[in-house]
Amino acid sequence: MSSFVNTNRNKRAKLYNHTATGLFYLLGCSVLLLIFWMLYTILSKGLPDITLDFLTKVPEEMDAGGGIGPVLFNSFYILIISLVISVPIGVGAGIYLAEYAPNNRFTEILRMAVETLSSVPSIVFGLLGLAIFAEYFQIGLTIIGGAVSLAFLNLPMLARVTEEAIRAVPEELRNASYALGTTKFQVIRTVVIPVALQGIITGICLVAGRAFGESAVIILTAGLSTSGEMWDFNLFSPGETLAVHLWYVQSEAIVEDAASIADKSAAVLVFVVLFINLIFRIPLWLNNRRMKQR
Amino acid sequence: MSTEVQTIASMEGASLLKTSNRRRFNRYARVQFTNKLFKYIFLFSILMLCLVLALVIFFIGKTGILTFKDITLADFFLSMDWTPEEGHFGALAFILNTLSLTGITLLIAVPISVGMAFLLVEIAPEWFKQFVRPVLDLLVGIPSIVYGYLGLTVLIPLLREWSGENLGDGLFAAALVLALMILPTIARVSDEAIAAVPKKYREAAYALGSTRLQVMMRVVLPAAGRGIVAAIILGMTRAIGETMAVVMVIGNTAQFATDLFMPTSVLTSNIVMQISNVEFESTWNYALHMMAFLLLIISFILILIIRLMSRKRRQEA
Repeated sequence: MSSFVNTNRNKRAKLYNHTATGLFYLLGCSVLLLIFWMLYTILSKGLPDITLDFLTKVPEEMDAGGGIGPVLFNSFYILIISLVISVPIGVGAGIYLAEYAPNNRFTEILRMAVETLSSVPSIVFGLLGLAIFAEYFQIGLTIIGGAVSLAFLNLPMLARVTEEAIRAVPEELRNASYALGTTKFQVIRTVVIPVALQGIITGICLVAGRAFGESAVIILTAGLSTSGEMWDFNLFSPGETLAVHLWYVQSEAIVEDAASIADKSAAVLVFVVLFINLIFRIPLWLNNRRMKQR
Repeated sequence: MSTEVQTIASMEGASLLKTSNRRRFNRYARVQFTNKLFKYIFLFSILMLCLVLALVIFFIGKTGILTFKDITLADFFLSMDWTPEEGHFGALAFILNTLSLTGITLLIAVPISVGMAFLLVEIAPEWFKQFVRPVLDLLVGIPSIVYGYLGLTVLIPLLREWSGENLGDGLFAAALVLALMILPTIARVSDEAIAAVPKKYREAAYALGSTRLQVMMRVVLPAAGRGIVAAIILGMTRAIGETMAVVMVIGNTAQFATDLFMPTSVLTSNIVMQISNVEFESTWNYALHMMAFLLLIISFILILIIRLMSRKRRQEA
């Protein structure tokens, strides 16, 4: 009864179709395997040997058995300072683009600037930080220099994720609030931001994860050394971070256990990045599920 | 629609509030004040972003231009001789290496990532998509230095074995690492472009008796073409600007790469390897800044192309 005629051409088309489907699946599975193999390699080489001692001890220049205490501390310290600087500005810029920006040439230019800024290679931000802090202010390679340069790098991405999150808030919610006689800022503060908060927080986590592992900026602005003490809160001491330490150990260190330190540092780095990316999403994800079930 | 509601509501609110007592009026004034204030705070934030962009262009450009005080344009752009100790600053080798590295990276990454995008949108069942998309996002989050480290400790020994060369570093190793890094970017953005193709196109093609492969290749691919190209360019900007992953596997020798397996250097890797050893007031430093400025210009042009394309697409729609 079928009107389908099994000519050679049709048979060929069907054969191609089935082969292609198989190949697409093969491709997808190999990429997934590659990703998981990569994560497994990094984590399995380093994680089992990590002790609390390693995480808190000062790195050694000559002898084996050094730790990563100060660099790990610097990583978090620089990350937090950079977020403190960049989150208000980045989120504010995103709110402006989503809520206030009129549809005109000026807005077009602003958008262009944000997109351009997000395409600027990280090494260029490193050079900018070097020019501002080392050359202009003459303070050398410091934690504050690294944190500010890292904040520059975060800005465009924060603006973009905030704008996306806010645009996803339904218009009815805003109108309902306006109908109660609120001003625009009250609508943003009491309606738009609470609704968009999940998206904004996810975005901030993405940015934080990226900033934690960033090395090209830090290497130029915060340097390849630490002050050699744990818990050094001084903003003007050199601020080597974990990502930079991995580079340093791999390329310049002369300690005999450099390879094992590098393995462990890489594992800690990946673990923290995954942790930042995942852990903050879990409560939001659970919350989301509860909302859907209702 | 919202603006109408908003104006009416605020007018009504204003007349109500004006008739009420003095304390209420103070509250009204305060609310109006914070409303204005925050509008300017948000505007200020976005202007800060523009300021940062201006700072980048100003500082890097200003220092970069100084290069041409000591050497001519032709010396910089047309010479392959980079021996800063003897005063030769020819950047052509780095420029060509950057371009060929990006080209090879795209050759590897584009088929795989566009294939992934097609698999996700057209073929795979829902649970597979739900699983793969977050995994690809995970790949974006892994620090570039870790990719470089893996390339150095795992990929290069493997390449050494396969190719039989003494050194595995070079364009090919760097391209493989970069391809893995830009894969999720291209895949996710083309994923969106493909998903945006209207369903009716596909249904029309199926009604004519096409197989799924024919629908994908002859209908969906042309319809999503511009979006996919935009995704590829976005991946390109990432590949051109990537530093640390490349530095660890490329060998860092200032020479033009005539072979896939020979130690060489690109713009970014050369900057990061040399910048900390040079004096601020030297031609060497200026030349490195000029190279960074060049990177900046290349990525600006790429972003401009994406913008023009997306505007055209909107006009056609």
